[in-house]
Amino acid sequence: MPTNTINGHTFEVDGEGFFTVRSQWSEDLAHELAPLIGVELDEEHLAPLRFMRADAGEDRNTPTLRRMQTVGGFEVRDLYRLSPGKPAKKMAWLAGLPKPVGCV
Amino acid sequence: MTTTLTPSPTPVTRTSPPEGFVMPDFGDRPVASGAVSGAPTGTPGTDPAGAGQAAYAGPRKMAFICSKGNLDMAYPALIMGNAALSEGVEVHIFFTFWGLDIVNKKTMKDLKFTMLGNTAMHMPELAKLRPGWEHKSLPQGKGGLPGMTSVATKMMKKQMDDLDIPDVPDFLDLLQAAGAHMYACRLTFDMMKVIEADLHPGVEGVISASDFIEIAEGAQIVFV
Repeated sequence: MPTNTINGHTFEVDGEGFFTVRSQWSEDLAHELAPLIGVELDEEHLAPLRFMRADAGEDRNTPTLRRMQTVGGFEVRDLYRLSPGKPAKKMAWLAGLPKPVGCV
Repeated sequence: MTTTLTPSPTPVTRTSPPEGFVMPDFGDRPVASGAVSGAPTGTPGTDPAGAGQAAYAGPRKMAFICSKGNLDMAYPALIMGNAALSEGVEVHIFFTFWGLDIVNKKTMKDLKFTMLGNTAMHMPELAKLRPGWEHKSLPQGKGGLPGMTSVATKMMKKQMDDLDIPDVPDFLDLLQAAGAHMYACRLTFDMMKVIEADLHPGVEGVISASDFIEIAEGAQIVFV
């Protein structure tokens, strides 16, 4: 398993680069990661990430966009605007969670 | 009709990862050679449209044709289309023939699933009666009994709901919010005497087959 280091933060990832150890994430680290995908991490970006962390906990699946809508109360349109391209994967990565597996 | 995607927020400067840093490919990093990931790069100097190579070189695009109005035949394109959108793929969906029922507000809530003609119909619940029965195909004759379609439809809707799969109207809302381009078939629209007010608001227009063929240029086409 590769280990990534950025500005003093160290975390383990899978072959693709998604986190494998959830406890190695912190909001400070998210602030370091965001510029790598061209995102400026403001409160609007952090709200869904915090929900994802809380919802996934220690061992549950990374929430899907649908779950973020029905359980988290986020607008799908906003999530696509905040993380254009691959919103579910980008947010999972920024939130230090495993690659999302849900279909919807 | 334009097919532009939702504009991205103000571009933020993107920094490069440190040496040896492993990060997922989100598909939006500039590719040096302009090659599509996974596709072999063509030999320079050859005809771009020649020998099994498509001339289209834009971002990945998928076009779905929904021609069936059964509940179980509505979901494949809705689910794959939604998955494609969340992978950053431009998505176009054309609803034609019985598939028009999927976007017709008068029918979209009541799409049905019938076990008739479906020999893969078996029930996981039957395992409780006798292990192994969950793999047994139900006799086709049973599907013709009065009320069976309604029972099968209820059962399927419940199974989808248990997995938090939205029902058809909600799914269309979801696709619309995610930026899918949806169209109704002109011929079917006229043939079934549908009115525009009955179409889901996510449907951008009633278009002809040739319009759709134009829109689908360069797309990977999935016919359901």
